[in-house]
Amino acid sequence: MTGNNLADYLTLGLLMFSIGAVGVIVRRNPVVIFMCIELMLNAVNLTFLAFARYMPSSAPASGREASFMSGQMMVIFVMAVAAAEVAVGLGIIMAIYRLRKDVDVDEMNLMSG
Amino acid sequence: MYNLLAQTDGNGLAKRLAEAFPPPTIDWPSILPIALVVCTGIVALIVEMLRPRQNNNAIIGFSLVGLFFAGLSLTSQFASPDLESFGGMVLRDRFSLTIQLLVVMVTGLTILFSDGYLRAKRIPFGEFYPLVLWSASGAMMMASSKNLLMIFLGIEVLSISLYVLAGMSKTETKSEESALKYFLLGAFASAFLLYGIAFMYGATGSLHLDAIRSAWNPNDEAFRNMMLFGMGLMLFGLAFKAAFVPFHQWTPDVYQGAPTNVTAFMAAGSKIGAMAALWRLLSASTTNVDLGATFQSYWMPALFWIAILTMTVGNLVALVQKDVKRTLGYSSIAHAGYILVGILAHVNNPEKVGIGTTVFYLLSYSLMTIGAFAVVSLTAKNGKEGTRFEDLHGLWKRSPFAVGCLIVFVASLIGIPPTSGFFGKLMIFNDALASDLMPLAIVLAVNSVLSVYYYVGIAKAAFVDAEGARTPESAPMNLGLAATCLLCAGGIFAVVILFNPLMNWLVGAP
Repeated sequence: MTGNNLADYLTLGLLMFSIGAVGVIVRRNPVVIFMCIELMLNAVNLTFLAFARYMPSSAPASGREASFMSGQMMVIFVMAVAAAEVAVGLGIIMAIYRLRKDVDVDEMNLMSG
Repeated sequence: MYNLLAQTDGNGLAKRLAEAFPPPTIDWPSILPIALVVCTGIVALIVEMLRPRQNNNAIIGFSLVGLFFAGLSLTSQFASPDLESFGGMVLRDRFSLTIQLLVVMVTGLTILFSDGYLRAKRIPFGEFYPLVLWSASGAMMMASSKNLLMIFLGIEVLSISLYVLAGMSKTETKSEESALKYFLLGAFASAFLLYGIAFMYGATGSLHLDAIRSAWNPNDEAFRNMMLFGMGLMLFGLAFKAAFVPFHQWTPDVYQGAPTNVTAFMAAGSKIGAMAALWRLLSASTTNVDLGATFQSYWMPALFWIAILTMTVGNLVALVQKDVKRTLGYSSIAHAGYILVGILAHVNNPEKVGIGTTVFYLLSYSLMTIGAFAVVSLTAKNGKEGTRFEDLHGLWKRSPFAVGCLIVFVASLIGIPPTSGFFGKLMIFNDALASDLMPLAIVLAVNSVLSVYYYVGIAKAAFVDAEGARTPESAPMNLGLAATCLLCAGGIFAVVILFNPLMNWLVGAP
């Protein structure tokens, strides 16, 4: 029984990223939009991990461990940054909800021109 | 490991361990400026919690002293050799030092005029000072590394603080709306940037721009496609942060809705950071002939059109605006286009065109933008702020000094000869000609003429007499604001008068 190819993971990543990107554009609730952005970040994480696991031949042989590590390290940082963004983002959504009892992004049109 | 410990008597252990596991060589001064700014922010936060609620003078004073020492530690490294430390995570070269110095200057100027504005607007948010300092540290990180991980972290540190700052005025729907827009679109763009980094990493196995460049292999089709795809996504993310057309839609809304002092920092500090990251990314492609050629044939045409669109759309849309902050927002988009021309000129011809032009333009742009926003912040009073053109009416009677400075800023934004704005544009124009980007040079010149109309409109608004009760009284001039205006206006002329020594000092031999 053999595992999956790198291309399978990349395709899944691309699919998740596209679903997220389309979701950001079509959805109207900021919380859902934010969930779509999280989906995009998770697609990025999956891509990083797949690349780190299937280190391509182009990686310099001398620094292969370093190459391995930098991909996995990146994932940790992306998760940390995403958590920080959640904290700030939900705070902003709460603040706006308190002011107007409505968080539909189509209604946010005070400024235009 | 066991043998190693068993052979060792007590006091030799540390030494033998150090021999077995040699500690990496680390150049601490290279992160000292960033560390100083971050620590100043942390201490400022503690001071904010402890202080009596009357005023912010202690925090402001402390922040400015911290920034001063950060600037000092930067200038003291000007003579030191270029090096990479912390395992390639931190890079010290002339470009990183100069850009960091600009960020420190911008932060200082913003903090200087913020207190009066925050009080006039009645925003009880002492956390402004720590947050703006941390945000600045993010911009400094972006400039001082060639590692994509560090550049990404820098962008996020810069942006996450700015999301909070944009929504700082909690009772004002406009401010919250701008924070939400900035946050959602910023996170969206970060995802694209990261996805691009993932593909560059996948193709080369490294996050370091130099390693990515040396791993470039033109004969491998899959590799090349991955690199081009990754580069495109990264450019998308950075173009969003730097507000290039067509990724600019968030800019006017956010600039208009955010508190004016935050807008000033956003327009100057965050733009400096984004331009520095873009510069690092693009100039990495110039030293490899084949990579350079590939870049030229794929991404150069795209960036060429983005530059033209950014300059033109920014200026054309600014012509019909009714709000001063929004107009200045569109003007900052146009200026981002001018800076992009400078960067492209360098990428096109790295031998003839160095970092001097971009650094000088960023310097003069920050001075005039922060100055202009500082004067506009005078319209805030008693918790209210009007930023339409009418709200500037009669300003010259109430604070002639501010209006005098506003004229200098406007003249510099237009590019009228004795000001730095003129020399910046002239340098970009020359560079564009020197590197065969004639069309960009012409578009730049035409746009400078276009922009005269709306800039003059801003200055004119300040001279029209106020009519009746429509116009709210503006806040009185305060010391910090006067100091900011004076420094910015003085700086605009000083950088021209001291042009040669300044450029020698900042970027080395021209």
